[in-house]
Amino acid sequence: MNSDKILKNILFIASLLILLISGAMVFSLVRGSMTSIHEFGWKFLFSSEWNPTKGEEEYGALLFIAGTLFTSVLALVIALPLAFSTSLFVAEYFRNTRMASIVSTLVDLLAGIPSIIYGLWGFYILRPFIVSIGLTPQGYGIFTSGLILAIMIVPYATSLSNTTIMMVSNELKEAAYSLGATRLEVIWNVILPNARSGITASYVLAFGRALGETLAVTMLIGNANIIPTGLFSTGNTMASVIANQFGEASGLQLSALIEIGLLLFVITTIINAVGKFIIKRFA
Amino acid sequence: MDKTNILLDKKRTEIIPDSFIGRNARNRLFLGVVIFFSVLTISMVFLIIGTMLFKGYHQINWAFFSQTPPNTFEAMMAKSSGNIIPGGIVNGILGSLYLVVIASLIAIPLGLLIGIYLYENSSKKYAGVIRDITDILQGVPSIVIGLIVYLWVVVNVTKGYSVLAGSVALALMMLPLIIRSTEESLKMIPDTLKEAAIALGTPYYKVILRVLIPTSFTGLMTGILLAISRILGETAPLMLTTLGNPAINWNITKPVGAVPLLIWQFYNDPNMVDLIWSSSLFLMGFVLILNLLSKWIGARRRI
Amino acid sequence: MNTDPSILSIENLSIAYDKDKLAVKNVSATIKKNAITAIMGPSGCGKTTLLRAINRMHELYPNISTEGKIKLYDENIYDMSTIKLRRKVGMVFQRPNPFPTLSIYENVIAGYKLNGINLKRSERDEIVETSLKNVALWEEVKNSLHKKGNFLSGGQQQRLCIARTLAFKPDVILLDEPTSALDPIATAKIEDLLVDLKQNYTIVLVTHNMTQAARISDNSMYMYLGELIEYDETTQIFTNPKHTSTQNYITGRFG
Repeated sequence: MNSDKILKNILFIASLLILLISGAMVFSLVRGSMTSIHEFGWKFLFSSEWNPTKGEEEYGALLFIAGTLFTSVLALVIALPLAFSTSLFVAEYFRNTRMASIVSTLVDLLAGIPSIIYGLWGFYILRPFIVSIGLTPQGYGIFTSGLILAIMIVPYATSLSNTTIMMVSNELKEAAYSLGATRLEVIWNVILPNARSGITASYVLAFGRALGETLAVTMLIGNANIIPTGLFSTGNTMASVIANQFGEASGLQLSALIEIGLLLFVITTIINAVGKFIIKRFA
Repeated sequence: MDKTNILLDKKRTEIIPDSFIGRNARNRLFLGVVIFFSVLTISMVFLIIGTMLFKGYHQINWAFFSQTPPNTFEAMMAKSSGNIIPGGIVNGILGSLYLVVIASLIAIPLGLLIGIYLYENSSKKYAGVIRDITDILQGVPSIVIGLIVYLWVVVNVTKGYSVLAGSVALALMMLPLIIRSTEESLKMIPDTLKEAAIALGTPYYKVILRVLIPTSFTGLMTGILLAISRILGETAPLMLTTLGNPAINWNITKPVGAVPLLIWQFYNDPNMVDLIWSSSLFLMGFVLILNLLSKWIGARRRI
Repeated sequence: MNTDPSILSIENLSIAYDKDKLAVKNVSATIKKNAITAIMGPSGCGKTTLLRAINRMHELYPNISTEGKIKLYDENIYDMSTIKLRRKVGMVFQRPNPFPTLSIYENVIAGYKLNGINLKRSERDEIVETSLKNVALWEEVKNSLHKKGNFLSGGQQQRLCIARTLAFKPDVILLDEPTSALDPIATAKIEDLLVDLKQNYTIVLVTHNMTQAARISDNSMYMYLGELIEYDETTQIFTNPKHTSTQNYITGRFG
């Protein structure tokens, strides 16, 4: 066998490893969840009971699923105007200027700040601020975590949006301008319809990010095992309960936590697949 | 101006509402809104970094880089006498470096190989599947990666929290980033360069080693630095895999400290609060420098 | 020059990029109503900039500065709002650019939609039909009005773009090398169309193609390095140019 063959084989085997790794990931999660799946079955998805007291153990994921979706949707809603504005700033209004490159570098830096630092900032700066303006007595909850999550996902929502907004052909924009449209009308009637799929996909992917964020949310959501009742209610998320209870968990509780991990894996994978599908389908 | 045209003009203004003053105002207002939200977004960077600097700088001293953290009692004594907290985070700094080095040793070669595979077989259906799986892997929440590696390494291999487990978790997070950045930077090499080498009768493996990798070197470096900067601050997966260690440890099967784990530990101990900020400042400084370095290298690349 | 009434008068117009790079140098000219005026000249002579200046599309370029006036009837266009101006002075571009997300029907009335003007269904239908008939596209697309226009040929797309401009009932139509991306047959159709359209519209046409200018225009401008070298009736320009530079250009010695 010559060197070329050997190299080709090495490359192919490396690619097989990725298949193997991802297969093993799913396998381990499922196997780790088995005890919990046998014990609770489908009820696990619809129960909001979470009681780790030995002898009375009872686990259900509903309240964590609700908390995760609630914070992530709120984060997306708050991130939308922030991300959309920065996209228009960078990719349209100040496109190719020094200012745009400064803004996009700073937005990229937001993606580089570790989750735990967002959590600390939220805990020591944002939370007291929320208390001081009287929104909630302790400052914990869905709203506070949604706000921090929103800032964290802005860079994910902008990167792909920027590219697609830049790709809208200048000729189309000129056609609209020549018909008397203002810049706002060009953005609304030409740029948005033509960049729609890329922009949608980037927000879907950003939402997927928000779902799995752990520490920043753990530090701010209040970790109360209840289904959130409103914007300022406390709650708990799937990622947070794993982070909080993993250390002391064993047996059935550990298996239930792993099943929550499995669910989180499935949900984020579906959301990411939807995002990728939108990109592929309409690109 | 002739009469027919005046008439035509009148007719035109009738069918078109005279709203363009409102439209111009809306246009300007919208620009104002865009600038407002953009400034709000980027001001978060300054707010967060500013907080770290302001609250963290006075703890940064030689001891901070050379000593292990104090126990909670020492910290309490120092605070009550108005001194800065003694000790430092050297165990975390060395631990983080240890974890990143081992993770890189796993993820970089594997990521490069798979990236090259995808580039060489880009049109194959199988490559498309690998690409999709890579994307899915990239989207897996870090806490789930932590859980999985706990089940793999902590339970089965090292029988306890360890450097190895933490490194594997970080490697799994680096891997998709490196695969994609490798493929992307290889794709930017002009085909003619590759063809020229092949036309000279160069064997395929030499084309890869002598032509493709050197030409895309800056691109590969950018991807690697960016991947390292992304995992350096990861905390959640390390909580499930390396746990943390108050002392310096070089044994790969034993727990190790890491800067983000120390921050988490300080956060949970009211006496250590002052160390949070300096540790965060250090961590973020490191992450941002890597980040900007990768951008700088990326901007200077010729291909 | 003939004595038809003029509609546009350009007065001492100078346009600079980046403060010092003059693209149009002190141009003055009046443009006749219901006629085709061609602007010719070698690449980079400022002809496109001059054309775009007539409906202020040149202001979309960064760092542009404009001096002088262009009067539409008696009103300086630089004192008008661009919204109002562009409604009266429409533009057709080098490459056909129908909106890909809109149907053929929506493309024709895009101007109304963009300007937020609500029309009655019957008015809309009428505008679409008349505009498409005006560009001789009606028969070809009347059964697929609500489909997206991506199946149309380049020439058909360009006629759709002209229809989109006509739908707004402008006084002046500016065309920037409208046939440069088309084959000879499609080009001939567009040229015939322009000759028909001048009954009702004033047409200003930038062209790279001298024979096109000679075939369809009434008056021609010859520009060189930003200056308007010669402006006369087309037959005069082609048979008896006054400047050697014009003569060199039309005889193909450079450009």
